[in-house]
Amino acid sequence: MNKTKYQPVIGLEVHVELKTKSKMFCGCSAQYFGKEPNTHVCPVCLGLPGALPVPNNKAMEWCVMIGLALNCKIPLVSKFDRKNYFYPDLPKGYQISQYDEPIARNGSLKLKIKNEKLKNNLEKTIRIRRVHLEEDTAKLIHQFGNQKSKIKNQKYEEFSLIDFNRSGVPLVEIVSEPDFESALEVVEYLKKLQQIVRYLDVSNADMEKGEMRLEPNISLREISNVKFQIINYKVEVKNINSFRFVEKAIDYELKRQEELLKREETPVQETRGWDENKQKTISQRSKEEAHDYRYFPEPDIPPVHWTGNQISNIKNQIEELPSEKLERFKKEYGLNDYDAEILTRDKTTADYFEEAVKIGAGHMIAPKQIANVVINKKIDISSTLPAHLITQIASSKQTATLSDEALEKIITQIVDENPKAVEDYKKGKSNALMFLVGQVIRKYPKKIDAGGLRERMEKMLQ
Amino acid sequence: MKINVSHIAKLANLSLKEEEKEKFEKQLSSILDYVKKLEEVDTSKVEPTPQVTGLKNITREDQTIPSLSQEEALSNAKNKHNGFFKVKTILEK
Repeated sequence: MNKTKYQPVIGLEVHVELKTKSKMFCGCSAQYFGKEPNTHVCPVCLGLPGALPVPNNKAMEWCVMIGLALNCKIPLVSKFDRKNYFYPDLPKGYQISQYDEPIARNGSLKLKIKNEKLKNNLEKTIRIRRVHLEEDTAKLIHQFGNQKSKIKNQKYEEFSLIDFNRSGVPLVEIVSEPDFESALEVVEYLKKLQQIVRYLDVSNADMEKGEMRLEPNISLREISNVKFQIINYKVEVKNINSFRFVEKAIDYELKRQEELLKREETPVQETRGWDENKQKTISQRSKEEAHDYRYFPEPDIPPVHWTGNQISNIKNQIEELPSEKLERFKKEYGLNDYDAEILTRDKTTADYFEEAVKIGAGHMIAPKQIANVVINKKIDISSTLPAHLITQIASSKQTATLSDEALEKIITQIVDENPKAVEDYKKGKSNALMFLVGQVIRKYPKKIDAGGLRERMEKMLQ
Repeated sequence: MKINVSHIAKLANLSLKEEEKEKFEKQLSSILDYVKKLEEVDTSKVEPTPQVTGLKNITREDQTIPSLSQEEALSNAKNKHNGFFKVKTILEK
């Protein structure tokens, strides 16, 4: 066993399903989730002979938009290519994708990585190699049938069921450079990416529903001579379909590789799948030879030419992105990093906060105070209108002045003037207390919180 | 030109007998040698031509149109089950 230290080198391919109405190359509905199988299909997405694909303009614009949001360059010419392989989820025998002229390239995404030891945030930039558009494949359901098999020595025949509703749904693939050094960084990147496509309103990016999928490729290199060492293998991990599995799958794979390297073995270059039940990655070796996709230009789709004007129009459609909003919230509303981060996590909360700030200004309520209430009291923003929230804050603010002498005086006065009610209350008539509270409220010049006042008088009369 | 027929056959999802492999290896080699003649032409000033129609930007608006019915979609399927196409399992991808 050697004692060498290793550094993870991780690159990511992330697939994001766009929420267009129709599919990428045909007019079938792209909203396939939970629908009857094979009801959103046509000759194009079933791969029937002679059917011709026509690209969805909105999907292309949204792909440009994602590229721009990730600081990519948008080449003015782009084209589609055929990626050839055989698998039952791909009826044509090829997937229409993009090879050497993707919609967007050379971008970057800034991350804030929490450092537990130093208790601060480190900024890290992940380079993005390319963003391209392709079509999703059909959905396979593996079933183990109970029919007797005709094959010798095999008891039951095994089947796969195919639903083509997902076939042809627009899919954006975002490929990073191998810039990640830990599972934590990968998780931060994914969260950020998810936040951006949701802000852009182009994808729901729900991992559990398969609207966002990731394939990390993972290697380790010796820490000693980082600059000169060539890594001669990488392992791709598939089937990580929940945020909860990302860290587990990557950490497992890193540990597995480190153990091999410490025994002076080189991990096999291969594709592995995460098995949640077994809590490990499992080799899917058969694919190795098939990695020869023989890309060639899609002859059925003429190239895409953008004008500078079109690109700047798309750019103008991009509203404030999460990182910009966060900085503005800090500056404009005097919030700290923590508050601003929580409030800008999703756009609905951010918009709600700003609406409340606007109304709050008329009531002399500071943004920081609203932020505190929204964050700490976990306000249900779907059921409390911003205006209503402000009224609540305003009245609780006045409650805070309950301790002043003027109120004290009024309470004493009311108690003195109503000995009968006080006696009734002491005998157990709770209505009498409400009468006294009412008297105080009527006498008090400002609006006050009745609940707080009642508690106070209850204590006093005990 | 030497050709790895087994590899090509695998990529094309074909299973070949030994004598077929030999036969196709010869045929494919001679085809490639013939096409190789094109390399004699000076193409240094010629752009690659993936498209010949001269068309560009042929796209459609994001609008849905009616799909086939499940029955129509499955009408030519050899095997089906509960509205799905049914095939023998290939678990590894």
